[in-house]
Amino acid sequence: MKPAAFDYVVPRTVPEAVAALGDTGRKVQVLAGGQSLILEMHLQRIRPELVVDINRIAGLDRLSVDGDTLRVGALVRHGVFESARAVPGPLGTLFARAVVNIAHPPIRSRGTMVGSFAWAHPASEWCAIGTALDADIEVQGPAGRRVVAARDWFHGPYRTARRPEELITAVRFPLLGDDTGVGFIEHRRTHFCFAQVAVAAALTVRDGVICEARIGLVNCADRPLRARAAEQALIGKELGPPVDGYRPPEDHPFAHAGRIAAARDAAPLAEPYADVEYKRQAIAVLVGRTLCQAANDQRSRAAQLKGDQQ
Amino acid sequence: MKITLTVNGAAYPLDVEPRRILADVLREDCGLTGTHLGCEHGICGACTVLVDGEAVRACLMFAVQCDGSSVRTVEGLAAPDGEPHPLQRAFSAEHALQCGFCTPGFLMVAAGALEADPNIGDDPERVDGLVGSNICRCTGYEPIRRAILRAAREQQGDRDGVNR
Repeated sequence: MKPAAFDYVVPRTVPEAVAALGDTGRKVQVLAGGQSLILEMHLQRIRPELVVDINRIAGLDRLSVDGDTLRVGALVRHGVFESARAVPGPLGTLFARAVVNIAHPPIRSRGTMVGSFAWAHPASEWCAIGTALDADIEVQGPAGRRVVAARDWFHGPYRTARRPEELITAVRFPLLGDDTGVGFIEHRRTHFCFAQVAVAAALTVRDGVICEARIGLVNCADRPLRARAAEQALIGKELGPPVDGYRPPEDHPFAHAGRIAAARDAAPLAEPYADVEYKRQAIAVLVGRTLCQAANDQRSRAAQLKGDQQ
Repeated sequence: MKITLTVNGAAYPLDVEPRRILADVLREDCGLTGTHLGCEHGICGACTVLVDGEAVRACLMFAVQCDGSSVRTVEGLAAPDGEPHPLQRAFSAEHALQCGFCTPGFLMVAAGALEADPNIGDDPERVDGLVGSNICRCTGYEPIRRAILRAAREQQGDRDGVNR
C-alpha cells in the first residue's frame, strides 16, 4: 500500500513546530527520521492528516556535552553513535555496542535516537538504555519547556508522557565515569528481526567491589525496564576474576543476578517464536553474559588507566 | 507541492503530492527505473539511493523531504562516457549478481560507504554490515562481499599509485 494523503508543513523553528502541533483538531504526526513512521503509513496503520517535518529546524541535530551531561538533539541520527568516540567515556562505548543492533546503515543514517524515545517500541535499544541510566527527556509545548524522567516517560507500547501538542527537543544522559564498565548484548532470530531480548549493563567498581549497577532490559515487558532487583543483588559484591562470559557458573553473582532479573524484574509478553518461559530463560542467560562483558570492559579500562598513570 | 530534485546532476522541477515516496517519484516522474522497489518496508534495500551522499531507503523517505537535495541513483554511477563505476566492474568480475533485481541497492549502499570512507576495504566487518543491509535471494552474499572489497582495494591502489 501507499501512504494516504496528508497535509505537510516544514517548520524552521521549534516554536513554529509546536504551533503546528497545536492543531489538535487533526491527527498530527512529527516526522524526524521517519524510519518507523513512514513504514506504518505505508501499511496505513497510521494515517495522519498533518505531518510536521522537523528536519529543517536548525540546531536540533546538535550533540553536545555540558559538564557531565550528554544532550542528544532531536535530529541526531543513530549512525552518529557507531563511533565510540562520538560520546566521551564508557557511555560512548555503550552506545557504539548498542547501535549496531538498530537496523542497518541506510536506516541508521535517517533514524534518530530521540525518535526512538518518541516511538516507544518495547524492543527499542535506546529506550532501555535511557531507562537504566536515568535519562531525561526534554519536551517543548505551548506553555514552555518541561523535562520528564525516563522512568515516568514510557506508558506502554507506543505510549509516552508526550502530549499531542508537544515536541521532544532532546534526550539527556549522564556521562559515565572511567570506573564504569559497560556491556550490551542482543538476541534475535535473524539479522533482520527486532530484539527478542537485549540487555544493557553498566557496572561501577571501586576497590574491586561493585558499588553501582545499572541494568536495562529490552523487550522484557510492555515497556523498557530497569532491573532494580538484580542491580541490588550485585551491590557490594566483589568483581572477582574474569569468568567465561558465555555461561558464568551457576553460583556466580552475575548468573544469580540474571535469574533475579528474569524472575522478579521482567514481565515478558509472549511473542511468536518466544513464549514467556523462553523469554525468561533468555533474559537470565543474557543478563549474566552482559554483566560479564561489562566487568571485562571495566577491567580493561582500569588496566588502561593504571598504564596511563605509570 | 512544487519541489526541485537534483538527480545525478540534473535538476528536475516537479509537482508532487507529499504522500509520494522518493522511490516512486524517481521511477515515475523522473523516469529513472533503475531504482527498484522490493518490500517497500525498508527491509530489502533494493530502493537504496544516495541523498546528499548518504545511503537511504527511498521507500522510507517522502520526495518532498528531498526538496533541494542532491540524489544519486544507479543511473548516475557510470561515468558520463559510459565507463562503468569500479563497483560495477567488480560486481561483474565477481559474479555478484544473478537476476540483478537487488543490484542497484547493493551498488548504491556500497558506493555511499566507499565515497565516505575510501579505506573501507581495510575493515571487512564494516563491509559485512553493508552487505547485511540488503537482501539478495540469488548469490548467497559472498560474491557481493568480494566485489565490494575488490572495488575498495582497486580504488585504494589507484590512489596510492600501486597495484595491490
